[in-house]
Formats: sequence, C-alpha cells, structure tokens
Amino acid sequence: MSGLFTTRAWEKVWIYRDTFLLGLWNTVKTSFLAILLAIVLGIIFGLMATSGKKVLKAVSRVYIEVIQNTPILLQCCFLYYALAFSGHSIGIIAAGVIALGVYTGAYMAEVFRSGIEAIPKGQFEAAQSQGFKYVEKMYYIILPQTLKIILPPAVNQVVNLIKNTSCLYIIGGADLISLTYSFVTGENTGGSYAPGYIVSGLCFFIICFPLSKFASTWEEYLKKRDRKTNIAVKEA
Amino acid sequence: MSELEASFSLLKNANVLLYVGRGVLFSVIISVIAVLLSIAFGTVLAILRNYCTKGVLKVFHIISTFYIEVFRNTPLLLWIFICVVFCPAPAFFSRKMFGLTSVETKLLWKAAVALILFESSIIAEIIRGGLNAVAKGQFEAAYSQGFGTVKTFTLIILPQAFKSVIPTLLGQVISTIKDSSYLANVAIIELMARVKTILAMANRYTGQGNIHTSDVFVLFGLAAVIYFAINFTLSCIVRGMQDRKKRVAQRNRALA
Repeated sequence: MSGLFTTRAWEKVWIYRDTFLLGLWNTVKTSFLAILLAIVLGIIFGLMATSGKKVLKAVSRVYIEVIQNTPILLQCCFLYYALAFSGHSIGIIAAGVIALGVYTGAYMAEVFRSGIEAIPKGQFEAAQSQGFKYVEKMYYIILPQTLKIILPPAVNQVVNLIKNTSCLYIIGGADLISLTYSFVTGENTGGSYAPGYIVSGLCFFIICFPLSKFASTWEEYLKKRDRKTNIAVKEA
Repeated sequence: MSELEASFSLLKNANVLLYVGRGVLFSVIISVIAVLLSIAFGTVLAILRNYCTKGVLKVFHIISTFYIEVFRNTPLLLWIFICVVFCPAPAFFSRKMFGLTSVETKLLWKAAVALILFESSIIAEIIRGGLNAVAKGQFEAAYSQGFGTVKTFTLIILPQAFKSVIPTLLGQVISTIKDSSYLANVAIIELMARVKTILAMANRYTGQGNIHTSDVFVLFGLAAVIYFAINFTLSCIVRGMQDRKKRVAQRNRALA
C-alpha cells in the first residue's frame, strides 16, 4: 500500500499520459454526441408528452418508463451484443453514443415535459390567437421560456451522462475509466493504482464539478427569484 | 425459427432460472442494504454540511462538502475499481458464505462498500434538501423548550426532514438497483453479471453450435423484464406518494 505513492508510479503515469488523454478524448467525444442525441430525443418525446394526443402521450410514456426503469449497463450490453451477434457490429463508441443518448433522452424528455407544463396556459393561448403554428409557437414562444427553468435539471442529466460513459467498460471499453483500468492492470504498465485512479478521477471531477455547481447555483437563483415575485404579488 | 425456440428453452432450464433468480435476490439485497447504510451515513454528512458552519466545527463542514462533491462528480465504476484494490476486507468476509466462494464474498464486500460510499453522497444531498425545508422556527422552538442539540435533531428536525424526502429516497432505491448493475464489472454474483455469464455459454444450454442473436434477446430481455418489474412497482409507489402529498398541500391551501 505504501509503495503506491512512489515517484516511480507517478513517472509511469506521465510516460503513458497518452493513454489518459485518449481515454479523456473518447469520453468527451462520446458524451458530446450522446448529449446531442439525448436533447433531440428529449425535445421530441417531451413535446409528445405535452401534445394532449392520447397515442403520442402513450408512446412517450412507454419510452420513458421502459428506459428509466432498466439499467444503462443492460441497455448498452443489449444493443452491443444484439448487433455484434447478428453481424452488424457498429463499434464500441457508436454503440455507447446510442445507448447513452437513448438512456439520457428518457430523462431529458421528463425534464422538457415538466418545463413545458410549468409555462402558464395563457402563453399557449396567446400564441395561438396571434396565428402561430404549432412549431412556431413552440420554437418562438414556449421553448425559450422553458429554457431557464429546465437548465438545472438538464445540466444534472448531462453530468450523469458523463459519469455513465463508464458503462462502455462492459462492452470492451475505450473511455477514460476503462483505459485507466487496463493501464493499472496491464502487464507492462501495471501497479500504479493510486496515481492512475487519482488522475482519471480528477479528469472527471474537473469536467463534472463546474457543471453541477452551475446547476445548483442557477437553481438557487431561480428559487430566490420565485420567492421575491411571490412576496411582490402578495404585497401588490 | 428453431434458433428462437432453442433460446426460449433457456427459460425452461431450472438451473438457469435458479442461477438468475439468486442473482436477482443478490441485486435487491445489496441495493436495500446499501440504501439503508447510505441513509445513516448520508444523514451524518448532511447535518455536518448544513450546520457545522461556525468556528472550529467548520472543519466538518469542509470535509463533508468535499466528500459529497467528490463522490457526486466521479463515476461509480471508478470507486468500485478503487475499492477492489484498496478496501481492506475483514476476516468475517474472507470465507465461504451464501453459496459463494471466499474470493467472491471478499469482492462482494469491497464492491458493496464502493456502492455505499457512492450512494451516501447522493442521499446526503437529498436529506439536505429535506433539512432545508424544515422551518427555522422549529429549531428555536425546540431550544426554547430546553431540548439539547442531539434531542432537537433526533426528535424534532430529522423526523420532519425525513418525512418530506421519503418519496425521493424511495426513488433513489430505484437508482441504486440500477447502479448495482455496475457491480457486474467485478463481482460476479448479481443479476446483470449472471445473465452475461449465461450468455457466454448459452450454446451449451441450447444445444446449438453457436450463440445466436436470439439468445441475446431472450436473456437480456429476461433481465430487462425483471429490472423493469421491480423498478416500475417502486416508481408507481413513489408517484402515488407524491400525488397524495400534492393533494394534501392543495387541500391545506384551500383551507387557509
């Protein structure tokens, strides 16, 4: 245990820094693409859930419930192995992007749904009375207003997504955690457990901490603003 | 079509079902234990972070804040790997238990520790939300009635805080059951890992030469159905509780 903090172990990490950079790049790339997919899915299914049409509502409910109630690891495995055994392998990162995007998309859909539901009904009616079509109404009037409310939970989901990139490990892994693990257990590189884990933990922390800090600060700000308007309304 | 039939024959194999069933049991038991211990540990963290803000006690505030932020912003898998290497296993867990080998019980202990450490940070934040929702007057009232700090918390503050976060905590059980699938990467006893193990030797059970896509669908489908059944039941309970809370709040507002 005591030998794990030796300079030699740290030197090894420095010599193999490319491994960590590659892992970090893969994690960032996977997260970025998956976030885009999640936002698109979130908007689509969020709009479906608030559309008021029974069929669309049911479809988005089923999507959200099925995805939210099963682990990401299972979905990732399912996708990867089903494709691999049927001879359509698409690669680890692509499978990861799809699995993570679909998984986080279900959470994003809930975020968008609650955001849209928080907008006063008058806004919808006003937009309609001004002759806005559905897409215009959502794009110009409703979604810009929801943005402020949904920012904190959406950013929290982004943080979760970044942390969940570690699920790639089970399908062969190219992300930061998997590469760190193969680094610390590798034949030539093995042994520097403590420095290896500290470095990869720090990488995650540096990315995720500012995001979650931003989310919680923004949420506090919104709460304070709400309190102020409530008082103002009461006094008026 | 025979491939699919062969895959479904997996579900009729008593050994496979028993193996998977015990995996389910392990998943649920690990998750429930992890949540219960995390609630205990998380409560301590939440109190330290929220109320130790003056004088020398500020050290505790800094330590607990650091702990919560570090664990919340790094992946669970990292902590599982770290605990597998660094977490010491007491002699109690270094022997055969629950039909597992001594190596497996040791791994189980280490991975469970990682899960508890990780969930504590999340549950601490949930409980902190509950503590913040308790009106400040409750503290003043308790002190004015002569309650000490410990009694104020255990008799007045914590019961109110817990009551308001029970649905969120139950929701965290769902997350924990899902997170416990990460243990599949090291400890080979819970549901996810067992399904994967069976998939790797599915051809032996089905009597087919190879592992087919239908095996993937049947086995992972089975796991998905099990996870869904457990988690969906829980989330229905959570939703019922939240709806009732909303109704009560509305009624109170209407009365006031």
